[in-house]
Amino acid sequence: MGRITLDKVSKSFGEVNVIPPLDLTIEDGEFVVFVGPSGCGKSTLLRLIAGLEDITSGQIRIDGNDATHMPPAKRGLAMVFQSYALYPHMSVKKNIAFPMKMAGVDPAEQERRIKSAAEALNLTAYLDRRPGQLSGGQRQRVAIGRAIVREPAAFLFDEPLSNLDAALRVGMRLEISELHNRLETTMIYVTHDQVEAMTMADKIVVLQAGVIEQVGSPMELYHKPRNAFVAGFIGSPKMNLIGGAEAAKHNAATIGVRPEHIAVSATEGTWKGTIGVSEHLGSDTFFHVHGTGLADAMTIRAGGEVDLHHGDTVFLTPDADKIHRFDKEGLRIE
Amino acid sequence: MATQASRSAARLMVSPSVILLFIWMAVPLGMVIYYSFRRYRLLNPERAGWNGWSNYSSFVFSPDFGGALVNTLILVLGVLIITVVLGILIALLIDQPIWGQGPVRILVISPFFIMPPVSALVWKNMFFNPSNGLFGELFKYLGMRPFDFLGQAPLGSIVTIVAWEWLPFATLILLTALQSLDSEQLEAAEMDGAPVLKRFWYIILPHMSRSITVVILIQTIFLLGIFGEILVTTAGGPGTASTTLPFLIFKEALLDFDVGTAAAGGVVAVILANIVAIFLMKAIGKNLD
Amino acid sequence: MARAVTPARKSINTAAAWTVALIIFFPILWTILTSFKPEPVAVASPPVFLNFDWSFENYETVIQQRGYGQFFWNSMVIAFGSTILGMIIAIPSAWAMAFVHGKRTKDLLMWMLSTKMMPAAGVLVPIYLIAVYFKILDTRFLLTIVLMLMNLPIIIWMLYTYFREIPVDILEAARMDGASLTNEILYVLTPMAVPGIASTLLLNVILAWNESFWTLNLTAFNAAPLTKFIAGFSSPQGLFYAKLSAASVMAFLPIMILGWFSQKQLVRGLTFGAVK
Ligand SMILES: Nc1ncnc2c1ncn2[C@@H]1O[C@H](COP(=O)(O)OP(=O)(O)OP(=O)(O)O)[C@@H](O)[C@H]1O
Ligand SMILES: [Mg+2]
Repeated sequence: MGRITLDKVSKSFGEVNVIPPLDLTIEDGEFVVFVGPSGCGKSTLLRLIAGLEDITSGQIRIDGNDATHMPPAKRGLAMVFQSYALYPHMSVKKNIAFPMKMAGVDPAEQERRIKSAAEALNLTAYLDRRPGQLSGGQRQRVAIGRAIVREPAAFLFDEPLSNLDAALRVGMRLEISELHNRLETTMIYVTHDQVEAMTMADKIVVLQAGVIEQVGSPMELYHKPRNAFVAGFIGSPKMNLIGGAEAAKHNAATIGVRPEHIAVSATEGTWKGTIGVSEHLGSDTFFHVHGTGLADAMTIRAGGEVDLHHGDTVFLTPDADKIHRFDKEGLRIE
Repeated sequence: MATQASRSAARLMVSPSVILLFIWMAVPLGMVIYYSFRRYRLLNPERAGWNGWSNYSSFVFSPDFGGALVNTLILVLGVLIITVVLGILIALLIDQPIWGQGPVRILVISPFFIMPPVSALVWKNMFFNPSNGLFGELFKYLGMRPFDFLGQAPLGSIVTIVAWEWLPFATLILLTALQSLDSEQLEAAEMDGAPVLKRFWYIILPHMSRSITVVILIQTIFLLGIFGEILVTTAGGPGTASTTLPFLIFKEALLDFDVGTAAAGGVVAVILANIVAIFLMKAIGKNLD
Repeated sequence: MARAVTPARKSINTAAAWTVALIIFFPILWTILTSFKPEPVAVASPPVFLNFDWSFENYETVIQQRGYGQFFWNSMVIAFGSTILGMIIAIPSAWAMAFVHGKRTKDLLMWMLSTKMMPAAGVLVPIYLIAVYFKILDTRFLLTIVLMLMNLPIIIWMLYTYFREIPVDILEAARMDGASLTNEILYVLTPMAVPGIASTLLLNVILAWNESFWTLNLTAFNAAPLTKFIAGFSSPQGLFYAKLSAASVMAFLPIMILGWFSQKQLVRGLTFGAVK
């Protein structure tokens, strides 16, 4: 079980209010991702749930029980740290066994769980090594192994992949998703990488300056961002946000069009501009178009290879159905 | 990491050292200030009473005080100059690619571990002694008359001994600083065409400046308290030629048994040390997180 | 620098460095040599370097006639006693300050350091009077306490800088893994801090061993450590260079060898972490 409820939870460090009162419910078995720009309070929120920080006011309930003043050890949660936080003086096996040793799990059971975790995570060959003798990816797996054997009510991940190189990151992302499918345990995952958020989450929580901007499934956030901030944050490359006269034509203070919802042509279209940088990936082509008078640079994503280059004059046409409109406060207009 | 529970546990764990250090600081300081205004001689304790500022005046205006202050200054400055200058040079030398850097470091660092009475006596007898010392032998060999170092130049001799004791400290710290210099910086300067001396002046020296400050300040703290070396070599003499402030206080207290005057001297020493301490604390404080 | 130097250049540097090093080390070497000489050879003119009848006679004399053992024992008790006592008090404090880093931690550390700035000569009188009052002058107890207090700020500072290098994440991980405060300290913190604790111990034993203001002023005979023993040679009778040397070697050799192993920690400890 792992249903976590935050009820008017707030956090201040001294004078500084990092998280104003906030409500959030995480359902049992859900994969929830906290995203937001650096310093917005993602880690703080996670640590409040973990019990590593005291909350300033409000209540945290885990499976209906008040956990507000419970020490971390009693909450039945497991955490995977960005730095992995492995015990450097213990072998991999001892690292994985440590939480069970603390809980007084009987040795035969310990062996069994270590064995199955090691098999699941491809660690069997490394059980006798020290963390210092492992690669980044292997360390990450040990940290996950240490979390799994506790059979926790929920897993907490704080940017677990940010120390890995790009290729490894994609691999581990899949492994964690598979782990979630297999265990069906609640997972709360902090990242500032919106691709991780989109690919892994059942539910994304977008935070800005400690405030929840929107909670929803990845596709909800993609198709119906509640405000301009979410619109700009979710999706890659970023949505083009356009103000001024062009927005006024749509009865909005700001309009947004995603790069993939703009057609590009050498001959005709709504907006005219000049290509600055063009990035040809084969599968996709990205153009940064200047001189449209709409925004500094418009980002366009075209499928496949498009034979246009730096300095070419182009015409852009937005997909009228996919224009997002926002009012003066940045809120979505339906 | 900062939950209420951990914070109260922390307070409990810190308190023993705080209390002990507070007592260690406040009680003697209070007493030394108290006695500095009292007439109190251990030999006739019954004639005790308040004494106003006269302990201070008798300490500060005694003919020995001015000399002791100057001697303290010469000792501290002399040792500082020798150790810092030689320290930089030796550190630069050892930092070069050489064979046996490890053993060289060990040889250079060794004097630091010799207890002050040992180094003082070894130097006094086996080097400075005009009839049997090695320097005397060297002078004889060169056809000169042996020189009575401790008799003729007592302070200079003590400066030599103390500089020998502290040179390793300066060298080791400056060497550490030197080795932490990013070699890419030097290479960049070399690419920019800076010759060796300029590289030293504009890159190496500024990089070491903080360590040099630390060396100077920490040595000053220790040098202001130099005692054992003087006691076993010259006992402050001949006359008062090598009497420093700590030694003067020691003489008042444990040789003349004049507690009041010694206490006044103590207060003076505390004030002087604190002036240095303020600078040291600033330098170290900057380095905290 | 990762560049090859010409062998000639390296040879010159090596020769220069070794010359300087040997000059600096020479007084120690000479003391060691002299300690094996018969007294007349020790003062022979011109000086004799290696060509003499080596013997341990001086060591025997010093140990048997000058009561070396008692002084050595006092040094051991005082140096290790004060350091271990200091560690017992300092370890919890340093842990607390390193891992529950509050607003006032820095001020507290600086204040602790400031107690170290008190010149010993300044407080000689009160400490002496207190010792007389409690009749503990010339006891190992007094010296142990005084040296402990004198070195306590250094011990706390050194431990603090070592503990600060242990990532807080790991302790938090232990907490998440269900470890109580005791288990956290026992199974996670202590094993990781062992190197730091060991080097702190080492450096402070060295400092206490060589301390020679309080040991000279607060002891007469009963508690007198090796500093006092050596100072006893300052008013000599007859030939004594070889015996002085033997006594000196016995006073510094063990601690000097310990010191060789603590070079790195020395820098850090004596600069209060300002230079690493
Ligand atoms: N112990 C603390 N004391 C004071 N302020 C803190 C403390 N911990 C975090 N903060 C502040 O709280 C805010 C949120 O920090 P937090 O670490 O939660 O951000 P984050 O969203 O995880 O950022 P990142 O993506 O960079 O990890 C920041 O402004 C930070 O400076
Ligand atoms: Mg974070």
